[in-house]
Amino acid sequence: MEKQKLILIGNGMAGIRTIEEIIKLLPDYFEITVFGKEPYPNYNRIQLSNVLQGDTELKDIILNEWQWYEDNNILLYPGETVVKIDKERQVVFTDKGKEAEYDYLIIATGSHPFILPIRGSDKKGVTGFRDIADCEEMIKTSKTYQHATVIGGGLLGLEAARGLLNLGMKVDVIELADYLMEAQLDQTAAGLLQEELETQGMQFHFNKQTTEILGDERVTGIQFQDGQVIQADLVVMAIGIRPNIQLAKETGLTVNRGIVVNDFMQTNVANIYAVGECAEHNHTTYGLVAPLYEQGQVLAKHICGMNHQGYKGSIVSTQLKISGVDVFSAGIINETADTKAMKVLDEWQKTYKKIVIQSGKIVGTVLYGNTKEGAKLFSYMKKNASIEDYLASQQNAEEEESIVQSMGDEEVICGCNGVSKGTIVEAINREGLTSLEEVKNVTNAARSCGQCKGMVTDLLELTLGDDYSESSSETICSCTDLSREQVIAAIREKGLTHTKEVMNVLGWKTEEGCSKCRPALNYYLGMVHAADYEDERESRFVNERLHANIQKDGTYSVVPRMYGGVTNVEDLRKIADVAEKYQVGMIKLTGGQRIDLLGITKEDLPDVWKDLGMPSGYAYGKSVRTVKTCVGAQFCRFGTQDSVGMGIQLEKKFEGLNTPHKVKMGVSACPRNCAEGGVKDVGVIGLDGVWEVYVGGNGGTDLRQAELLVRVKTEDEVLAYTAAFLQYYRENANYLERTSAFVERVGLEHVQEVVMDEHVRQALNERMERALSAYQEPWQAVIEDEQTVKDLYQNIQTH
Amino acid sequence: MEQTVKKVRIGQMDDFPISLGKAVMVGDKELAVFRLANNGIKAIENKCPHRGGKLSEGIVSSQYVFCPMHDWKINIADGEVQAPDEGCVQTFKTIIEAEEVYVELPI
Ligand code: SRM
Ligand SMILES: Cc1cc2nc3c(=O)[nH]c(=O)nc-3n(C[C@H](O)[C@H](O)[C@H](O)COP(=O)(O)OP(=O)(O)OC[C@H]3O[C@@H](n4cnc5c(N)ncnc54)[C@H](O)[C@@H]3O)c2cc1C
Ligand code: SF4
Ligand code: FES
Repeated sequence: MEKQKLILIGNGMAGIRTIEEIIKLLPDYFEITVFGKEPYPNYNRIQLSNVLQGDTELKDIILNEWQWYEDNNILLYPGETVVKIDKERQVVFTDKGKEAEYDYLIIATGSHPFILPIRGSDKKGVTGFRDIADCEEMIKTSKTYQHATVIGGGLLGLEAARGLLNLGMKVDVIELADYLMEAQLDQTAAGLLQEELETQGMQFHFNKQTTEILGDERVTGIQFQDGQVIQADLVVMAIGIRPNIQLAKETGLTVNRGIVVNDFMQTNVANIYAVGECAEHNHTTYGLVAPLYEQGQVLAKHICGMNHQGYKGSIVSTQLKISGVDVFSAGIINETADTKAMKVLDEWQKTYKKIVIQSGKIVGTVLYGNTKEGAKLFSYMKKNASIEDYLASQQNAEEEESIVQSMGDEEVICGCNGVSKGTIVEAINREGLTSLEEVKNVTNAARSCGQCKGMVTDLLELTLGDDYSESSSETICSCTDLSREQVIAAIREKGLTHTKEVMNVLGWKTEEGCSKCRPALNYYLGMVHAADYEDERESRFVNERLHANIQKDGTYSVVPRMYGGVTNVEDLRKIADVAEKYQVGMIKLTGGQRIDLLGITKEDLPDVWKDLGMPSGYAYGKSVRTVKTCVGAQFCRFGTQDSVGMGIQLEKKFEGLNTPHKVKMGVSACPRNCAEGGVKDVGVIGLDGVWEVYVGGNGGTDLRQAELLVRVKTEDEVLAYTAAFLQYYRENANYLERTSAFVERVGLEHVQEVVMDEHVRQALNERMERALSAYQEPWQAVIEDEQTVKDLYQNIQTH
Repeated sequence: MEQTVKKVRIGQMDDFPISLGKAVMVGDKELAVFRLANNGIKAIENKCPHRGGKLSEGIVSSQYVFCPMHDWKINIADGEVQAPDEGCVQTFKTIIEAEEVYVELPI
């Protein structure tokens, strides 16, 4: 039979989710056509904040690739706007002159940012924050202009403001009310938030009503009712959204604030539906995906003729997506005559927890600083559980264990997609899932705002138990069936002291191991015994045995240490002299901000080092390599901190440290991040009065963006947290596992829990100090040791 | 008729560090000489059949050496490259007489 024609207007999050649900229920039953104003496939609008903040890239926020439309025979018209609907003939018309017939029509046109109807709001440089275009506009502007003003101190406004800060702009935030996020927070929470954001560099103006946008063609400033004027080259309006109902209105559909629909998302015309932000259900329009996805599910079932209860409206919760700032809010947040509230304010650790109770039930909550409990409280709210139940569950939930353990199966983990703990656990068991990515694809959990990633990984761990750790730990090499954990445990318990002993005692399958396990064992032994361990040169790869990089022709390269990439006349002169004297094949600036002398024969190495009289740069080692630095506050017009000094401190402290794989660092003095901390094992970014420490970046084979470990105030704290992180990595990573793979495997949340614990951090720092105490500058050591020179660096000549 | 060889002294036992290789130049030939953990001395051509890596710099495990360039595994005793890779290197007979080490080279 002829397929039913289904047309979707609006290639966005709610519309496409509805289509996904439909083809799940009735694969290729409909002939589906999608018209989308934006020239992209469906992307994760939510993540635009993260894109603007530089945490992720546009290409990474696509939810449905072009391929997806093809695979499902969906005809997509990107960059094409529907301008007219003829509901009698059941035809839609586009701005490109196309006509298309439908049996069912879904309107999912979303909304647009509300732009204040004041003088000058049409000037260049005035924008909303809604789509990729806006995002790109802001990024472009930040390259040439300085002063950004965000009108609106709500979720969207603050996320925009943080993004603009990261883009290096000076940011003013204008708020009509007298505190931030007044729709989601009470004054206490808002106060804490304001304090934090001010240290991040935001300037707030409260109780200010903007009356005019100043400037000729382009905005130059804005004026308030009280006459005050502030400078601005960019004005972002984040004062709310308005459903896109124009088209529906012209079609004669009943509209109010949004397109009015019943419990089946049906408009007043039977075969025309509306879903998403543009729809108004029971006098409510929504601005978050969770309810829209619920609507999509209902609509899909309805169109596919499955029976269901219909949509009954949603309770929503919100979170702020600014790295390092945790805010959660849901339900009634301000006390009234007939509510009671439980409040815990910790001014020292800057955390706040408020639960609003009405006749014994939880009706609202605000969390600041630690939002781990958000999902749990929210689900208690939704099933309107009594406060007693909640308090009881608190008793059982042990402090350190993951919150997910104490959650019931029906409790929702992923708010955006309404995925419950039960559903995820069931999927993990049924499909044998072992990774976050797999869970995402099968259940949709963590596929939208991503705030629940941590809990999903916890669930994986909880559900798979030992299998989870096993699935992440493999054997060292084919010489043994033992994993790193088991080998290290044995080294500790049995007090094993050298590789041969380890291989004998642990029943290696080969006599003397191989080129994989020997260096690994040598590293593990050194890590466990720290200062007391005698390194085995015969278990070292040639580069590390000879302290130089072997080249294809058997010659070597020499990279002297240049702390923080800073050099001086003396060293440069020495390098020039050496290069001349030994006729090096090439003098090259490395990607690590120093100088490489290539093509030196093995036998010349000790003399070259003697002549240089500089420390080894370890360009060859599974060890701390370079600490790249940017110009920083000393010279750079944007510099906020002494990045060079910080970098040199880091390099001097950690130089020569043996690590599972090489460790590279970068220190920049502003978010422009010239030292590329985003792709370093440890990336440090200086902001006004704050240092951000990022970890787990990689710029090599598997590009990975570093994640924010912690924000601290002093250089000493940077050193302490870096030491703690690196020591934890040294003790727990597999040999040849870069920090990127390591952090990916164990999860940032986990690493954070470890280093945030003061006692643990202390202990890690102490063990790090012991490891560092073993360091001996290797080139000098060789020069002073004739035997080693003879054994390793001299060939035998006969005639 | 049997091939004639010349016997060349390449040094003393303690010129050869244990479990490591050493590059030895004999005329225009370059050998990789290994002193194995069991104190045996073995000599092979110092040129990996893959891309000519210097085998004398490889990691030595019992009678195998792993090429420092791309980690091919080569049997020092018979010169055979181990699977999955293929090929072989020339081997040379070694003689130890009172701490003195010799190799036999074809003339
Ligand atoms: C000299 C240098 C290239 C240059 O002239 O710029 C270099 C040269 C080599 N790199 Fe590199 N890398 C150099 C910067 C980098 C960078 C850029 C950076 O450090 O800022 C990267 C990407 C960043 C990163 O590592 O995340 C880089 C990613 C790699 C990788 C891939 C690592 C990974 O985990 O993906 C390898 C292979 C490995 O280490 O296993 C590698 C391995 C090598 C080796 C050592 C190959 C080897 O094992 O022999 C090269 C030695 C060449 C030679 O003949 O001497 N090199 N290498 C750079 C030395 C920097 C320094 O001053 O120490
Ligand atoms: C920066 C930002 C951060 C956000 N953060 C969060 C968050 O953390 N959590 C959360 O739950 N929500 C968040 N949201 C809100 C969430 O993105 C929206 O609620 C959701 O995208 C709405 O989906 P929708 O399909 O209704 O509208 P949209 O996703 O906007 O899709 C509508 C699409 O229809 C197109 N369109 C409009 N008219 C026509 C026409 N006539 N013809 C063809 N196409 C048309 C539009 O161009 C648009 O592409 C955020 C939004 C933004 C902008
Ligand atoms: S990172 Fe450093 S050099 Fe780059 S712009 Fe910022 S302060 Fe200047
Ligand atoms: S040259 Fe020996 S493995 Fe490639």
